[in-house]
Amino acid sequence: MIAQRLFGADRRIAIAIFVLLAAAVIVPVLNLAVSPSSAFYIPSYMVALTGKYLCYALLALALDLVWGYCGILSLGHGAFFALGGYAMGMYLMRQIGSRGVYGNPILPDFMVFLNYKELPWFWYGFDHFWFAALMVLAVPGLLAFIFGWFAFRSRVTGVYLSIITQAMTYALLLAFFRNDMGFGGNNGLTDFKDILGYNVQADATRSALFAASAVTLALAVFVTAAIVRSKYGKLLMAVRDAESRTRFLGWRAENVKLFAFTVSAVMAGIAGALYVPQVGIINPGEFDPANSIEVVIWTAVGGRGTIVGPIIGALLVNAGKSWFTGVLPEFWLFALGGLFVAVTLLLPKGIVGMWDGWRGEGKASRAASLAEEAGADPVEPEPKIVRTAARTPGAWSATGPEPQPAE
Amino acid sequence: MSKSNTILYLDGVSVSFDGFRAINNLSLVLDKGEMRAIIGPNGAGKTTMMDIVTGKTRPDEGEVFFDGQVDLTRHDEAEIAMMGIGRKFQKPTVFESHSVEDNLMLALKGPRSIFPALFHRRAAAETRRIDDILGIIRLGEKRNELAANLSHGQKQWLEIGMLLAQDPKLLLVDEPVAGMTDAETEETARLLKDIARDHSVVVVEHDMHFVRELGVKVTCLHEGSVLSEGTLDFVSADERVVEVYLGR
Repeated sequence: MIAQRLFGADRRIAIAIFVLLAAAVIVPVLNLAVSPSSAFYIPSYMVALTGKYLCYALLALALDLVWGYCGILSLGHGAFFALGGYAMGMYLMRQIGSRGVYGNPILPDFMVFLNYKELPWFWYGFDHFWFAALMVLAVPGLLAFIFGWFAFRSRVTGVYLSIITQAMTYALLLAFFRNDMGFGGNNGLTDFKDILGYNVQADATRSALFAASAVTLALAVFVTAAIVRSKYGKLLMAVRDAESRTRFLGWRAENVKLFAFTVSAVMAGIAGALYVPQVGIINPGEFDPANSIEVVIWTAVGGRGTIVGPIIGALLVNAGKSWFTGVLPEFWLFALGGLFVAVTLLLPKGIVGMWDGWRGEGKASRAASLAEEAGADPVEPEPKIVRTAARTPGAWSATGPEPQPAE
Repeated sequence: MSKSNTILYLDGVSVSFDGFRAINNLSLVLDKGEMRAIIGPNGAGKTTMMDIVTGKTRPDEGEVFFDGQVDLTRHDEAEIAMMGIGRKFQKPTVFESHSVEDNLMLALKGPRSIFPALFHRRAAAETRRIDDILGIIRLGEKRNELAANLSHGQKQWLEIGMLLAQDPKLLLVDEPVAGMTDAETEETARLLKDIARDHSVVVVEHDMHFVRELGVKVTCLHEGSVLSEGTLDFVSADERVVEVYLGR
């Protein structure tokens, strides 16, 4: 029975990974190798758009690790995403070289414009991709580590933690808006030319970026599933459900949270780094607290604590956003707000959580009717079978108690 | 008083919250291997005393020593738990979204850092220990059940089982039979007496039948200090205890 349960959970993860890897191959092929007149052709704008959605999905998955599995409602995950994006943006800026408007081989255009005489020290090294890639991981990770170190050690939990994560992203928003921060101020970083020597605008590069996003997301799904299924993952959920119990068992709840928070921030940073070359710009608007809140909505819609749910949520809500802002642009924010209210009221466990519950009920009633036909006591088999579905990783939180606030 | 042969030694401990003295010059000594029942009306400071011993609350003054020489006021919850003090809460607190087995697995004595937990593979010895404990707490049938689906009494047992998995020297058990049926209460008394054979135990309880069943030395707390101490018959014959329980 346990093997079956694990197999069920594994299967969903395996399907998600398979679909992502398949998309990483099929979409570029349909874009590049199929003639535009064919019915199977995927236009380049669609490749870029879905590539962007996959980055959002990765961000939502990162949030799910801390919110769904550890009960840390971060309203500042957009900050880690944006920092990863800026690290990638700095690399892309340095790749422009003397092709900028002012033709300065070292200084990016905005620095020439703002009368910088030399490159600020923190821009050193960003002409190398490996260094930028390292910073994509290190900067969000380090910020999350320092922030989490203080917050979790001081036992800031629940809504207070949410508020300070929000304050963190807002502070970064204000800081990055300043011209003398050296990150392009209001306009951010844009007008990118090359990535690893390939033109970022070219169809082939876009397809490659799409494939990279899909593969990275597949890898993130695998890693998150492995983390969640380990003893540490069980501990993570234990901290979510009864933090003081874990402390009195000798676990350091603050370290448990810190690890998840840091891993999650690194994932968010990677998402940002993949996002920037696909949209062609990074500016301080990405730090906007409203963005971080939107991530929470995607995760809630898909079903938190389910791994696959946040990905589905991010894709659906963003596809809806693209469609809606095309048809009724002025009503999008109302629709988003309405969606959040509707999900909270009608689908507290999100789409995936509801699916699990629905399937569990279906199985239980079928089993009950089978038992009745057989003349057996229908009550007996019921609870066992309900749990078959409830024990998918999706239902860890779905069936369990809500994450509890501070004591 | 000599601390040398004590498992728990509290002397002159006081703590107040916003001017309210929850614990007032409390002194309590528990010998190694002893089981002690603590009774007292609501607000007598029983739970606060446990908070102090387990590092959740720091006393304003007084000494708290564990095992004769460890000053507990200098350590936090996780350190104290690792030293060998296990605590059962008043309200049964188990990990509801995990199976009974996983609850015990998380409590098992062993390294308590992140990376070993991340790459942990269950050893045969651990499985055996879990099987043993499941037998002791009589939940062998329910090992794959989610803790959320257990009855109130079974959750209390599971929590006691988690304490055993920690393999502590001293167990602090707060109201283990609250909400249990009479049969369950008897069973729990038997379980605790079993445990007390090779552990030191402090039991806080309101249920006098249960305390009588345990048959151990009783300490009655009132307004944060010891009111009376001795056998249950001696304590319940004490006029001050009667007065405190019945009101004046």
